[in-house]
Amino acid sequence: MAENPSTPDLYNANRPLSPHLTIYKPQISSMLSISHRITGAFLSAGAVIFVIWLWSAAYHPNCFATLAAAGKTWWGMGLLMAWSFAFFYHFTNGIRHLIWDMGYGFELDAANRSGIITVAGSIIITAFVWYMLLTK
Amino acid sequence: MSIRTPLAKVRGLGSAKDGTHHWWMQRLTSVALIPLCIWLVYSLLGLGMANQATVAAWMKSPVQALLMTAFLGATIYHSKLGIQVIIEDYVHAHFSKNALLMMNAFGFIILFAMAFMAIITLHLS
Repeated sequence: MAENPSTPDLYNANRPLSPHLTIYKPQISSMLSISHRITGAFLSAGAVIFVIWLWSAAYHPNCFATLAAAGKTWWGMGLLMAWSFAFFYHFTNGIRHLIWDMGYGFELDAANRSGIITVAGSIIITAFVWYMLLTK
Repeated sequence: MSIRTPLAKVRGLGSAKDGTHHWWMQRLTSVALIPLCIWLVYSLLGLGMANQATVAAWMKSPVQALLMTAFLGATIYHSKLGIQVIIEDYVHAHFSKNALLMMNAFGFIILFAMAFMAIITLHLS
């Protein structure tokens, strides 16, 4: 039977495979890397909502009012907090990436240290910004 | 001197077919976004839980409208590039991959058009 070249049997595997994600020890390097991708995707969705919010401000006052009201509900606030944490994490890890691009910080101890600073920094900045916002 | 065979060049082999421009644009938008994000956070903190009138007033200022345009332009381009690699990494079936890549590109172009129109409308209102 001729194989479809656009989906080779590689992808329709009914054969025994070695374990990977289930056995590989999670590390600062890998966990922060996938988190950078996940926060990036989550923020892209947030960007869509942000543009919809701006578009509503310009053209649809009713829609804007609905969005503003949603932002004040418990789940709306939760979503905004999640977005802001994703934002500050992606921002600080992004700077970590740019530092790597300049050639610095590849040694294992340096990379682990910068990783810890990134996560701690994101949590602290998110908490600080929300403190400022809620005590306004 | 390239070590690619003529066939590889013609087929554009590899999941993304080319990469350097994408890599550089990702870095460029990242660097631009450092000050632009700081501006956004500072502005949104000042705005608090805004209503429609406050948003319109904010966009009336030419500098604020310009910064918002720059921020959304850089963010939307940066997002498009990021989602593009996610699609290239996880989707391999030819038709699905190309369809998603096109939807990604068109989607973010429309998103920027919407952002730009909204900013202009608020600015001139």
